[in-house]
Amino acid sequence: MKDPRRMSKITNYIILTPILAFFVAPILWLLVTPFSSRPSLFISISTPTLNNFVRVFHNKTAINAFKNSLIISVGVVLLVTVCALFAAYVLSRHYFKGRDVLLYVLVLFSSIVTGVAAMVPIFMLNLRLGLINKELGVILTIAGGMLPTSIFILRDFFDSIPRTFEEAALVDGSSPLQVMFKIFLPLSSKGIIVVAMLVFAQSWSNFLIPFVLLRSHTKYPVSIAIYTFFTEVGVPDIGMISAYALLYTTPVIVMYFIVERKFGFSFYGGIKG
Amino acid sequence: MQKKYLIGKKAVVLLLIPALILISVFLIFPAIWVLKLGMTNETLTGIKAREPDFVGFENFSRVFSDRFFYNALKISLLFVFGSAIVGQAGLGMILALLTYRRSRRLKTIVQSIVILAWIIPEVVVAYLWIAFLDKDFGTLNVTLSWLGFEKINWFYNHPILTIVLFNTWRGTAYSMLLFSAALETIPPSYLETADIIGTTSWRKFKDIVLPNIKGYIFTDFILITLWTFNVFTPYLLTGGGPSFKTELLPIYIYRNAFKYFKIGYGSAISTIVLLINLLLAIFYITLSRRKKT
Repeated sequence: MKDPRRMSKITNYIILTPILAFFVAPILWLLVTPFSSRPSLFISISTPTLNNFVRVFHNKTAINAFKNSLIISVGVVLLVTVCALFAAYVLSRHYFKGRDVLLYVLVLFSSIVTGVAAMVPIFMLNLRLGLINKELGVILTIAGGMLPTSIFILRDFFDSIPRTFEEAALVDGSSPLQVMFKIFLPLSSKGIIVVAMLVFAQSWSNFLIPFVLLRSHTKYPVSIAIYTFFTEVGVPDIGMISAYALLYTTPVIVMYFIVERKFGFSFYGGIKG
Repeated sequence: MQKKYLIGKKAVVLLLIPALILISVFLIFPAIWVLKLGMTNETLTGIKAREPDFVGFENFSRVFSDRFFYNALKISLLFVFGSAIVGQAGLGMILALLTYRRSRRLKTIVQSIVILAWIIPEVVVAYLWIAFLDKDFGTLNVTLSWLGFEKINWFYNHPILTIVLFNTWRGTAYSMLLFSAALETIPPSYLETADIIGTTSWRKFKDIVLPNIKGYIFTDFILITLWTFNVFTPYLLTGGGPSFKTELLPIYIYRNAFKYFKIGYGSAISTIVLLINLLLAIFYITLSRRKKT
């Protein structure tokens, strides 16, 4: 018997397989090479070893860059989460004159001012503020760029939390701040954690801002330090680089998939870029 | 009765201020200041670093007579058309269609793999592609030679194709997710009816799917154009070379401002990029507002 849906199922797989191969192939290198005893650009399966990772952990530059990445990312997360939480709370719970204009301006600027388009003024601004080659400059710049999107995501989340709990507490005589910390925060913790994780992953991956703003090797985060691994003869040290790249990538992937489990990916459609 | 607010006016101001200061200083101010910087002959070192002169639109007229600007603009346009519109949206649509009305498991597997390419940090992705495309040992060339084709020096002989392929790989996830969500909005009865009459897949796509998700496709086009236009990652892959063949506008800005230290000139190019972004963004916001009402 002819079954058109079964037939189309088979054609489906015939088209899907090469596309998926195209997506998987470059990633294979990252999964195989760090464990290879003779690492090269070719995906070779030789006796597996952890030696490349051991070398990363013994490398001072590598460890220091990890620390720098952590300082930058945690700094951005704290700053963005706290500021966005406050702002989103107001924008979700309070109507004031000019609110729509404010929102419009935020969407507009957050989508047009990218690190790429504004790298020159961002550099000059940090130069004038004395923030070149300082983690603080990198943190403030990345935070400023990520705030609008974070505010929008949180506001959407807050809008879905009913106001009745807060109103009841107000009637009971609690102060607005008490309401915020005792009633509202616990209710919205899930959304805040999700935003914090997305912000962490984004700032952890950021290359351009530290590349433009930082000058000395001791300040470099992983995204830049990873280019400094060469052997004594000046050839890129592929074993180290691949192991380091895998260590660097893992936290981002873990966080994104936790977020995906909780909300689905459509949730943060706007945060890229 | 007047609507009762949960927070007072003072609290509103206090809570908004930290975010507004950060956004104003590090997002809005640079966008406006760039116009002023673009009208000076400021440099990063030398006399003009301390006392830049106001030169009006001189930088802008120089940009428009600079053949490197037109080279970068042309490459940026090719890059956006090839990797965003054809590559990401095309492949995203194919993937969305291939997983539409299929098992949940298949959908999860396909989406996870494509999303992985999207979330790996860009520096790592650059290394992955350098290894993938390597002339002698890269997975792509090794596979090609197994299939009986000749090995290709991708970076040297097909520089634009290289960054287009790379950025398609990198960014398809967004279009795939958006189109998958869009397909779910089509009432199932439409396609079931078409199945019963025995309509061909192409007709189903053209007459049912396409008209129903037109709005999503348009939104996707504007957004991925905006993002792709603002991508810097190809720099990590090719450094803009060989001989400026992959020098996108952002890389052209970088070269002028930070390699030649021409801050004024770099700002003039930045202003042009920001204006193009502005047009795309206004287009997008107007469109999504109209959809809401």
